[in-house]
Parts: sequence; structure tokens; C-alpha cells
Amino acid sequence: MLKSLLMATTLVTGLLIGPSSSFAAEEIVIYSARKEHLLKPILDAYREKTGVATRYLTDGEGPLLARLQAEGSSTPADLLITVDAGNLWHAAEQGVLAPVESATLTANIPETLRDPQKNWFGLSVRARTIVYSTERVKPAELSSYEDLADPKWKGRLCLRSSEKIYNQSLVAMLIARLGEEATEKIVRGWVGNLAVPVFSNDTKLMEAMAAGRCDVGIVNTYYFGALQKEKPNTPVALFWANQGGNGTHINISGAGVTKHAKHRQEAIKLLEWLSTPEAQQLFAELNMEFPANPAVKPHATVAAWGDFKSESLNVSLAGKFQTSAVRLMDRAGYK
Amino acid sequence: MTHSAVSGWRWSVLAWGFSLIILIPIGVILSAWITPEWAVWRHLVDTLLGELLFHTLLLLIGVTMWVLILGVGLAWLTAMCRFPGQRFFDWALILPLAMPAYVLAFSMLGFLDYGSPLQGWLAHQFGPNGYWFPDTRSPAMVVFLFSLSLYPYVYMLARAAFLGQGQRMLEASRMLGRSPWGAFFHAALPMARPAIAAGCALAVMEALADFGAVSVLGFNTFTTAIYKAWFGLFNLTAATQLASLLLLFVAVAVTVEQQMRGRARYFSTDGHAPSRDRIRLRGLPALLATGLASLVFLLAFALPVGQLLVWAWSRLDLDLDGRFRDLALHTILLGTGAALLATLAALFLGMVRKRRAGERATRLALHLATLGYALPGSVLAVGVMLTLVWLGKGVDGVFGTATSGVSTGLSGGILALLFAYLVRFLAVAMGPVESGLERIRPSLAEAAHGLGSSSWEVMRRVYLPMLRPGLLTAILLVFVEVMKEMPATLLLRPFGWDTLAVRIYEMTSEGEWERAALPAIVLVLVGLLPVILLVRKTGRSGG
Repeated sequence: MLKSLLMATTLVTGLLIGPSSSFAAEEIVIYSARKEHLLKPILDAYREKTGVATRYLTDGEGPLLARLQAEGSSTPADLLITVDAGNLWHAAEQGVLAPVESATLTANIPETLRDPQKNWFGLSVRARTIVYSTERVKPAELSSYEDLADPKWKGRLCLRSSEKIYNQSLVAMLIARLGEEATEKIVRGWVGNLAVPVFSNDTKLMEAMAAGRCDVGIVNTYYFGALQKEKPNTPVALFWANQGGNGTHINISGAGVTKHAKHRQEAIKLLEWLSTPEAQQLFAELNMEFPANPAVKPHATVAAWGDFKSESLNVSLAGKFQTSAVRLMDRAGYK
Repeated sequence: MTHSAVSGWRWSVLAWGFSLIILIPIGVILSAWITPEWAVWRHLVDTLLGELLFHTLLLLIGVTMWVLILGVGLAWLTAMCRFPGQRFFDWALILPLAMPAYVLAFSMLGFLDYGSPLQGWLAHQFGPNGYWFPDTRSPAMVVFLFSLSLYPYVYMLARAAFLGQGQRMLEASRMLGRSPWGAFFHAALPMARPAIAAGCALAVMEALADFGAVSVLGFNTFTTAIYKAWFGLFNLTAATQLASLLLLFVAVAVTVEQQMRGRARYFSTDGHAPSRDRIRLRGLPALLATGLASLVFLLAFALPVGQLLVWAWSRLDLDLDGRFRDLALHTILLGTGAALLATLAALFLGMVRKRRAGERATRLALHLATLGYALPGSVLAVGVMLTLVWLGKGVDGVFGTATSGVSTGLSGGILALLFAYLVRFLAVAMGPVESGLERIRPSLAEAAHGLGSSSWEVMRRVYLPMLRPGLLTAILLVFVEVMKEMPATLLLRPFGWDTLAVRIYEMTSEGEWERAALPAIVLVLVGLLPVILLVRKTGRSGG
């Protein structure tokens, strides 16, 4: 029994270690917080066009950054793709990214969607805006994120958990524009207006709204798109927030070249290609997002939601104020 | 005598050496205290700490209570009694073991939540607010789901213990005038205590370290605070400091477990004599037994699997492709490798403990070696990562290899992942191996020694045959655990080593529970194989 146990262990361990040590050298290595099914089609297209192969590892933003930091100069990663400007800002802050000077990138990506220090560039845009029940709310009653703190929405608001970075970025941008004191008042107002405890994802929130649990809420546009596609009759509609003022809150997914990239030039080329119209179309379309490159029209489904004015502050401020936002939400009792 | 004392010392040194290796990643995590992050602590104390402590305590007490009631109660019923369906429930009640807590959480939420067909129907019948429905995000629901997901640990170990006690002891206590229930409370239960305590400790540690299920349910515990500090406040140091507090909770749990095991030692004499004489339940008791077993099976397994199947079916054309074969294969390979490693390690440590039972220092070393189970997987993974990077750089430095040499090989290779599994799941393997060892009478080994057998021979010819069920249980338990493990696998897997759990993560992280159902159902199916094997090997006696 012991002998067979020992033998089996040796065998399996050997089997496991053997093949994994082989390492193809000439591939661009990507750490990605954007999920495989939103990334693979793009990389396949790049390979088809240029013959350049890529390898990627997906995980959450935090663990990927921790891995990059731990590996330091020995990291195999050339490119970091992640979601949310806050995460990109933080990666740059931790010094794992290196600035890229590229006329293509500065031409293709608007100034508000990239790092002023050129460490990272936005590749797709999503808006986080208001959704409402078409059965119980008239669009004329809606105006802004700030307005959702008004007592008229008492017992009618649904929110997703403050643990999610999308809400942290939204509140961070409110802080950037209005300051902490005013923002805290708004967040406290939201918490006071909640109809039911916070949700763990946007889809569940909209389903609860359709089931009559609440009348207004805040979600990312692509979740709305997915629900619309799946259940077209859901009595929930989008409303572009803050059109009378600073514009709807937007966020990005984006990428930066790592500081210790072994294939820096190849990684820059890939990043530049990702900003071009042909890649932008696919990149945004896969997740029902808006292309970051303004020359590219969004997919018809997305375009049907209508034009809107988006936040004019640079998205990197979401990172700068994220810590304050998290603390503020804890203080305000936003779970 | 002197000879055995010397070799005994060697054992202790070996045990310490091994424990220390396991402890390095945990030490790395504890070293975060070198720079205390007072600002974050202050913030937590001011805002969330009260709630976190309350929730964690609630989880600790609630889960302990319910896994004991469900686990021990059902184990006694199926192992010792006869009631309609008993043969089926005997093995069926172990099946929920294959279901990760996070999968149970999101499938049950899908079934019960506002947007579900069930609530839709209720709302249609009675109006949106015209009916009562349990709050799907309440603490009671969290304790309920965790108990359903974790009771199999207690059930399985208690069932094996009851079956292993044999009939004679119970007969004796019956003859001495005890009622069947008296025999249960005064003879069977005390003898099964080590096994029950081990199962209970596993369940509690798992609940404390969980992140997936609590985040689906929106229930703030220590783990959610750890992640908040890490991802929200961008402060990994504070996160690891918080994580080290979890270890404190676990130290308490482990101490309680040791107390529960008690000083007394029980040794079985007649091994696996099948119990022929089951207590036959009739009338209301039989109805209650069948009802309880059915309800637990339905809620913990049948219903969530049904929900997953419905979801998976609707996405089949979108997602099912050849990659699933690779995902399943990786899952199985990693599970097998880690299970064998952890079981060997547990056997080694258990033997040392058995031989050096009196020594405080040795006992301490063994305790410490099992702490990894209580840490959230990703925090532990970072600890392992830092350890291996540091080791690799040391090796690079000494041998002057290129920067992409040994260091990347170590930290980005499969060894890192296996090591992380070992650190995390050693406790899981220790439970069954130790409770198996405890039931072996020391006089047996002494007799063999007295007859001139070497330690090796005693091991091979006395211990191993008697330990067989325990070792097998350990292997299969660790396999199932590794298969369900998500955060460490995500962070430490080498390129291309995606598993089913990784796939589930990809879908659930953006809330696409319906698309996560397909990998989840495959995961449950893969997990069922060892569970069924386990049931068969641990004996379906009383037939």
C-alpha cells in the first residue's frame, strides 16, 4: 500500500512537472483581467493577420498585479490588460507598467481615456448609468446620480454592492467633481433610499426591478444589453444620467506594457493594433461596449441606446480617489 | 529502548523540518505585521469591525451547530438504523461534497431570488408583495447554505466512525441496560468524537476562509474585509494582516477540537464487523427519518443540480467545445497529484504524532502545519508566490542563471501550485488519517516491535492495512477539495493549465451565472466519481 502510494505520487508529480517546463520564447505574454471569451477572439484575429502568437493568463486584477509585483524583473508578462481605470491607475502607481510613446495610440485614443503619463491606454468604454422601471417611472422624473439621493426615491432604489470596483469608481468620480462632503451626503441619501439589500451583480438588480422590488437603479450598460438580448420584454430601460451637467459616468477597459516586458516592441505593436478601427470594432462588440476610438461606430444594438454626453474628467481620477471612495462608502453604511 | 528513543528524536526533527517548510508561506503572511497599517485598521474599527466580528462569530457558531446536527444525526440514521430509503441515502447524502459552496450559493440564489421562476409564480398568484418569502440575503440564509454545503464532512467521517465501531460494543452497552438511544449517547457518540471533531473543524475552517459564497450572498465576513483592503484600498499588507487574524479564530477552533477529542483514547477491537442488527424504525420515526434525509438531499444536491442543468442546457450550443475535455483533465491531474502528496505528508506527520504523542513541541509543530486551511486561498497563494520567487531568486543568485531561469520556473510552474495545495489542504488529509491512527491500539505496534519487527515493517504490516480506509478517505477528500479550489489555482496556475474552477470564475466574475452552470455541472460530475468511490470503499455494511 505504501509502496503503491509512493509510486503513484512520483508518477503523477512527474507527469505534472514534465510538460509545464517547456516555454515557447517568441510569444507575447499577456496577463488579463478581461475574461477569456472576450479576449481570445481578438488575439486569434491578430495572429491571423500578423502571424504573431500570444499566451495569456486570466485572473482578477488584484491577484494579477500581486503576481506581477512578486515576479519583478523575472516576470514573463509583456502586457497587462485589465478592467476599470482604477486598476490601471493603481498598476501604474505600483510601477509595474512602463510608459509608451506612440503617435498611433495618442491619435486613436482620446485624451480623457488614457493615462497622462502614458502608462496605459483605454481600449473600450462602458457607461455606468441609471436604469428605471418603465412601468412605474417616467423618464422625466429622472435626472442625475445626485438626484437618486432625493427622498422621493425612498424605498425605490436598487444598488449593487460597494465591493464592486464599478461603484467605487463612480463614487470616486463624484468625489473628484463635488468633493468628499457633498459626495458623502449623496451616498448616505442612496443608502437611505434602498428598497432591498444591495445585490452582488447588475443583472440580479435589474431582474429584481422587473419583479417589482424597486423602481430605479445604477448599472453598467453592457449588463443592460445582455439582459435586453436575453429577455427583450423586461420592463426596464436605460436613462443617460447627468446630461444637464457633467455627463454620464464612464469607465474603460485598457492595457499597458509591463516594465520588465521581454517583448516590448511586439507588445507595443499589439497595443497599437488594438486601438485601430478593425480591432476596436470587435473588441467593443464582444462585450457590447463602446469603442474607445471615436472614429469607430458602436455596434447597432449599442448605438440604439442613443448618443449621450460622457464625463469630461480624465478616467484616471477614478484611481486617484478610489481609496477615499471606499472609506466614504463604509462610513455611509453602503455595504 | 535507547535505540528507539534516538530514532524518535529523528522523527521529531523531521516533523519540525517538514512543518517549517509548510509554514514559510504562512510566515510570509505574518511578516506583514512588520509595517502595521494603522490607518486601515483605524478605518475598519470605526466602520465595519463590529459587524465583521459579529458575522464571523455567527458563522462559526451557526455552522458548527448545524453541521453537527445534520452530519451526526444523518450518519447515525444511515449507519445504524433501518428506514425507508436508508440504503439510498447512505451514499446519496455524501454527494453534496462534490458541490462547491459558491456553486450551491449561486444556483440556490438563482432558484430563490426575486427574478426566479419560483418568485415569479408567487408574485403572479399573490401580487409582488402579497406573500412571505425568506430573505435570500439574510444571515440565516448564509448559515443555512453553508451548513448544507459543509455537513458532508461531518457526515462522512462520523458515518465511517460509526460503521467502524462494530457491533459488539453497542451490544454490550445494550446488554448493560441502555436503550438504543442511550447506547448512542453514551457509547457510540463518545467513541466517534475524534472523527466528528475533525469533520467539524474542517467545515468551520472552510466557512471562515470562504470568499466565493459570501460574496454571492452579499454577507460581509473577515474574508470580504480582506478583499476590500486588498482590492478596494489597494493595500495588500493590510489584507494579509487581516488574514492573520483569521488564524486566531482557527487557533481557537483547533483548540476546541482538541478539547473535544478529549484525553481519553478509544480503540476498536473488532474492526469492521458489519452491524447486522440495525435499529428498525417504524411509523412516525421512520417517516421523520426518511423526510429529513430527503429534505437535506433535495436542498443540498437535487435542487441545485437541477437548476444548473436547466441553465447549462440553455447555453450548451454557445459554450460546449473540446476545451472542456482539457479543463476536466487538468482538474483531475492536479487533484490527484495534490491528493497523493497531501496524504503522504499527513501519514508521515500522523505517525510522528503517534510515536511522540507526549511531546508538546511535536504536537505544536503538527498543529501549525495545518493552519493553511483557514486562510483565504488567494492570500495563501500570494504567500506561496512570494516564497517561491524569493527562493528562485536565491537560486538564480547562487548559480548565476539568467533572470528568466529558475525563478520563473519555480513561481510560475506547477510545483508552486502543488505546494500551495499541500499547504492549504494538509488539514483535510490529517483529519481522516489521524482519526484512523487514533483507533489503532498502541499495544499492537508494541507487540510487533517486541517480536523483533523493524519500524518499517510495523508500518507496512500493522499500520497500513488498518489505515487503508482512512488513507483512502484522505486522498479522495483532498481530491475533491482541490477540484473545487479557485483562488490559488487562478493565481498560481501555469499557462494553459486552466481548470473547471477557472472557467467557472471567468463566468461568475461578471455575474454570468447561467454560463457558469456548464463548467459547474461538469465539476460536480467529475467530483462525483471519487465521492462514489469513497462510499463504496468505506463500506456499505448492514446490507
